[in-house]
Amino acid sequence: MTTPSFIEKLNPALNGASADFDVAIVGCGVSGANIARRLSAYKLRVAVLEKETDVSFGTSKANSGIVHGGFHHNRKYLKARLEIQGALMFDRLKRELDFPFRRCGILVAAMHEDEMKAVEHLYLQGVENGVIGIEMCSRERILELEPKLASDTVGGLYAPGGGIVEPYRFVFALVESAMRNGVAFFTDFKLSTAAWDNAAMRWKLAGVDGRTVRARYAVNAAGLFADEVSALFGAEKFEIKARKGEYYLLDRLTKARPDRVVFPVPTAVSKGMLVIPTVEGTVLVGPTADASDDKTDLSTTAARLEQILDSGRKMIPSLSRNDVITSFAGLRPCLEEDFYIEPSRKAPALVQVAGIQSPGLTASPAIGEYVKDLLKGIGLELTEKPDWDPLCERKARARELSPYELDELIARDPAWGNVVCRCENVSEAEIVEAVRLGHRTLDGVKYFTRAQMGRCQGGFCTYKIIKIIMRETGLSWEGVTKHGGSSRVLEGEL
Amino acid sequence: MKELRYDAVVIGAGAAGMAAALEIETAGFSCAIVEREDQLGGILLQCIHNGFGLHEFSEELTGPEFAERFADKVAASRIAIYLGTTVVSISAGDGANGQGAAGSGTFKELVCVSPDHGVLRLSCRAVVLAMGCRERNRGNVRIPGARPAGVFTAGLAQRLVNIEGYVPGKEIVVIGSGDIGLIMARRMSWIGCKVKAVVEIMPYPSGLTRNIVQCLHDFGIPLHLSCQTTNVFGRDRVEGIEVTPMENGALIPEKAFRIDCDTVLLSVGLVPENELSKEAGVELNATTNGPIVDSTLMTNVDGVFACGNVLHVHDLVDWVAEESRLAGRRAAEWLKGERPAVQLRVKAGSNVRYANPGRLDPKRDNKVYMRSLVVKNDAMVELKADNRLVRQIKKGHVQPSEMITLSVGPKELEGLGPDSVLELSIV
Repeated sequence: MTTPSFIEKLNPALNGASADFDVAIVGCGVSGANIARRLSAYKLRVAVLEKETDVSFGTSKANSGIVHGGFHHNRKYLKARLEIQGALMFDRLKRELDFPFRRCGILVAAMHEDEMKAVEHLYLQGVENGVIGIEMCSRERILELEPKLASDTVGGLYAPGGGIVEPYRFVFALVESAMRNGVAFFTDFKLSTAAWDNAAMRWKLAGVDGRTVRARYAVNAAGLFADEVSALFGAEKFEIKARKGEYYLLDRLTKARPDRVVFPVPTAVSKGMLVIPTVEGTVLVGPTADASDDKTDLSTTAARLEQILDSGRKMIPSLSRNDVITSFAGLRPCLEEDFYIEPSRKAPALVQVAGIQSPGLTASPAIGEYVKDLLKGIGLELTEKPDWDPLCERKARARELSPYELDELIARDPAWGNVVCRCENVSEAEIVEAVRLGHRTLDGVKYFTRAQMGRCQGGFCTYKIIKIIMRETGLSWEGVTKHGGSSRVLEGEL
Repeated sequence: MKELRYDAVVIGAGAAGMAAALEIETAGFSCAIVEREDQLGGILLQCIHNGFGLHEFSEELTGPEFAERFADKVAASRIAIYLGTTVVSISAGDGANGQGAAGSGTFKELVCVSPDHGVLRLSCRAVVLAMGCRERNRGNVRIPGARPAGVFTAGLAQRLVNIEGYVPGKEIVVIGSGDIGLIMARRMSWIGCKVKAVVEIMPYPSGLTRNIVQCLHDFGIPLHLSCQTTNVFGRDRVEGIEVTPMENGALIPEKAFRIDCDTVLLSVGLVPENELSKEAGVELNATTNGPIVDSTLMTNVDGVFACGNVLHVHDLVDWVAEESRLAGRRAAEWLKGERPAVQLRVKAGSNVRYANPGRLDPKRDNKVYMRSLVVKNDAMVELKADNRLVRQIKKGHVQPSEMITLSVGPKELEGLGPDSVLELSIV
């Protein structure tokens, strides 16, 4: 049951040869993490540079957590092709990496007869895209599949292969696997300059804190900031626009939890607001879709939140504001209609991975494959490692264990018997594991363990987690933050 | 895996759990008390201010002192104490699902985990729910805006300051005027922080009057009534909030103003913590969020009793202790096989938010705890039976934040049958 401690492996010292890599990936969201993990199978020295203090702290932490059904987009788009391929890769990844993922199926619910035309279009598109088991539903059929739907639902679509995933846990698992296979991760590494050394045929990438890595190839997977990173590389000029999505999270005891993901019939702008039964048992409703001028603005608004509940209730009338635990917002990195994944035509040895909005999470495993092939295409030699280990150890979670299993664990390590988070039933041992894996902020611990994610939102457990972080890392109170940077939690000592 | 058997198990060792357990033990039954923290006392331990015990002990105590009086008795008794032990599930045997079918011989089973004991199975005939309540949080009251560090529930801040010794922030705004928020406004002032305002959405404060005076007025802290928090600013750490006044229930956006601060403390209400109860099949009252109980404080599940803040949120711990002693005594009587012959239904009438318990025993002395829906001077609390006035008490002042208690006994309830309906109202 011992998990190797990665905390000392994060941010390895950089000097001389240690700073020399074959590939440097800028950005550790779900795209960067998939690319890194894929490249970890080859005899390559790979570095990942993340500007935040933890991985998956940007777009990848706040999204719908859906593995899409493959019917929303036409195959002429790269994003549709990667979505279909990526969706099929999740079962194997789950077996290898053990992250929360389940194919619960996806429904599109039509509330008016005139929406059935659009449903038919989606169905035909799904058939063309090779979606397995896709089905047009009558009113009776869709209500049988999801009895919580409003009784005036007129029909819809069913894609049994669609699923739900905890996106940050997916990224954490990919990172852990990549790290086991030798990829170096640098956090709080905000790129300040990228200079191509023509003699050495290498990029020299410097962070604002003075750390420098050299790499023969670079990948720009910087999400919302891919435009700024592209500019630093002297590569293509483009502008990433942020589109905000606000969500409500509902208590796991809500009566409105559907068995499957429920979509409305999409509009030209977005896939609409969904009702999502999360893998971990809560319910998400959202997202909205609003252009945002500020790529760091994650605020929610009263008006939009009202709209979310109203839209959700049209499909599932039992959604109640009394079940709301919290609200949050995520920002989608929007570029053009399609993903932009290509070798740069302006800068040498650089692959651009930009505009990865929906269905980016679904497509991400395929993005890893695709970028690996693009890198090969521009000269990166790929030799498989004979000792590549695709597996991560299964992580015990107190809430998933039988009493007998838990009793055995407590006998070996009493920390398993200390319930730190009562709402989500998280033991001290799990918090310690999170910290030892490098999640040293309150948010990082939250995404890894679910502690503070339940109905009390940390009211009871925050001080306990602060103490565990301090004990395990040796940080003083001043070093404990919500999400890194200047998000300090405490302001003084008595 | 350890398996142990008791006549009764009490969940929670705050004032409620300790008071109930002591009564059960005194009646001669074996009793265990399961507490998730490492000490007896519950939330009282972080309430280091005074004002506790005026009714219970006729003197003014701090929270830890109040707790200690009970904890000493518990420690000296034969009650089995499981500290650092969390109940993860209750199965109520055949009595669950609202049927109440099980007799007092049916055993309930509690699965608990603890670092010292591993997984424990406690089986018992009676369970007393005394888990207390939790604070409502930002999401529950849907305060929009950014999500920076520096937003705490008042109780969490109280824990950080009073027990852990940390200062959560320097420039504070308290949202909501619940008692913990008011107490924390004073506490933060004492440790040198600037408390810039208390913002309350209702037109009247939701805490006790004495706390408004002693915690706000005495420190010159402004209280903005009828004001909603409509935004939170700051990316990494709180930088301020936007407050929008309300008139006749509607927001007046042009009157919105900003208060700069680095910390927001939330004191926006308490919710009885009944997730365990629900899983055991206990039915809840939608108004109190606590179990529906009869005159013996027993829930719909036979042999499962509830008292203190898990039953309904009290304003004073003295009422918690009093109510919980009754629950303990009634649980002991139930263990002996005693059952009330007749129970009369109590309805909340005009201006009454709720009355607890929902049933009265016409053969005994009953105490009803109730909350007003209105702020009113020179009010009358009336109890009518089948539209006939049977009891009336005068109240100089009533308000929603202060619990009203009413005693009613066999004399007033004489002659009433099982079909009679009692109605409480405030006029």
